[in-house]
Amino acid sequence: MDEIRVLSPTGACGSGFLESSFERALALKPHFIGVDAGSTDPGPAYLGSGRTAFPKAAIERDLRIAIKGARRLGVPMLIGSAGTGGADGQVDLVADIIRDIAVREGLSFKLALVYAEQDKHYLKKRLGEGRIKPLSPAPHFDAATIDRSEHIVGMMGAEPFIKAVQAGTDVVLAGRASDTAIFASLPVMHGFPEGMAWHAGKILECGAAAVVNRKTPDCMFAWIRKDHFVVEAPNPELRCTPQSIASHSLYENGDPFRLVECSGTLDLTDSQYEAINDTAVKVTGSKFIHAPRYTVKLEGAEKVGYQSILLGSVRDPFIIRQIDDWLARLDEKIKARIDMIYGDKLRPDQYLFNVRVYGKNGTMGPLEPVKEIRSHELCLVFEVTAPTQEIASTIAGVTRHQALHLPIPEWSGLITALACPYNHTDRGAIYKFNVNHVVEPDDPHEMFRMDLVDVGGAQAGRKAA
Amino acid sequence: MTQLAELARLIRSKNAGPFELTFDIMFDDAERYERVKQSGRISREVVANLYSLPSSDVKFFFCDHARAIKATIPRPYFQGDPLDSDSHGGQQYAPLMGIEIP
Repeated sequence: MDEIRVLSPTGACGSGFLESSFERALALKPHFIGVDAGSTDPGPAYLGSGRTAFPKAAIERDLRIAIKGARRLGVPMLIGSAGTGGADGQVDLVADIIRDIAVREGLSFKLALVYAEQDKHYLKKRLGEGRIKPLSPAPHFDAATIDRSEHIVGMMGAEPFIKAVQAGTDVVLAGRASDTAIFASLPVMHGFPEGMAWHAGKILECGAAAVVNRKTPDCMFAWIRKDHFVVEAPNPELRCTPQSIASHSLYENGDPFRLVECSGTLDLTDSQYEAINDTAVKVTGSKFIHAPRYTVKLEGAEKVGYQSILLGSVRDPFIIRQIDDWLARLDEKIKARIDMIYGDKLRPDQYLFNVRVYGKNGTMGPLEPVKEIRSHELCLVFEVTAPTQEIASTIAGVTRHQALHLPIPEWSGLITALACPYNHTDRGAIYKFNVNHVVEPDDPHEMFRMDLVDVGGAQAGRKAA
Repeated sequence: MTQLAELARLIRSKNAGPFELTFDIMFDDAERYERVKQSGRISREVVANLYSLPSSDVKFFFCDHARAIKATIPRPYFQGDPLDSDSHGGQQYAPLMGIEIP
């Protein structure tokens, strides 16, 4: 095998791609198709709640076209980070979508389900052994954090994908996975240099994001060879340039030259980028340095509470010039009123009252260098986070009434200080990320369970891999 | 003197995972990139001052192939925490725009 050809239809399953680009890419005869289906980018609510960031219908559209294409060519399709968070329920949700596609399209194939959610007993055992280690920066993580978590997933490397394909799978649906590992796995399995495999993977995982000017989400294609790889977008209107490809390693990475994976670090320090025509770029010199210890990164989310929010604005310059004092007085009034309502049943440390002041530092918070207010009006977002939705909603109602009529010394008589376009809104449960650590497992597979399923056709049952 | 925003084709901020924030300052051509790089007006210390951080908290890179300057800082609040104001970290770059380049 002199080269391995890889197609990435889109940077995020459910964000879409042009079918015309996909058909052009199929004509290039990819050896496999990879699809990144999740991320932490939309925030902790998806891992916490089990919902998906993209609508089910949008996920179905992208998977239907990609799976039909892969089956037409008879090549494997690898999907990582199913359903945004890559928790077990999200894998099952996407597996149901795939089963429906198989039935409706009259396809039958072997599906591997690779689960990434972590057993709490297993994590506590590894924690006790000192084999869970913090990255930087990291929140505090202990046995109580594990207990509080809604879901904790491990970010799998290339090995579970390789194992699934070697087991004869046509479609691999994996829970949380390194985006890059989806694409590096089969090139590594076939013995291509790991520096090429992982660097090409890093570009492919974002679909057409690395082109000069991406107009809509679209496909990306790579030819990985023994001493270089070439990338090009199948859509002829999209151009890769040496600068656009080199720039891609900046995006959403803390360090543009060193990207850490389970089995080692992709080192781009000596990478060279060369235009081979107007639209394709050749890359050489990328290296992969194996780590002495295999590590698996954890992602976890826990429920913070239930939230209600109230939106209001202030136009009176007297109030604007004393907004910090006014909000401090409001805070005291609300606390006193809550004490009247709940007494000992709700301690002040059981709820969080936060006000965002747009027009002052609503966007940047403590990072805002501009200290004086230059706006003639301010938007205030009041947030209450409490142990139950009913309590959050009650406190939001109290907030509205207290804020409406909170006096200022410049005026005598009853004022109405806040313009509210709506009543307060109940947001439901809110979540936060609670771990930025790695586990040191005994081997790359111990944290990931695999089921092989026959889908479509006779709908045969499961058997263990 | 020219402001950095007039020389760069793109100044952007984004999460680098849920715990860090990263800034990219990108240039169309080598001439502008080298002018900014050689000016010494943007550095780890300058970014640290603009975001009120110790310079040891700032990662700082010149990326010649990409014609880009990059800095990464810890997030003031982790992504999605109750006090976080910018879930994607997309609107944190404005203080960089006004850096004066000779």
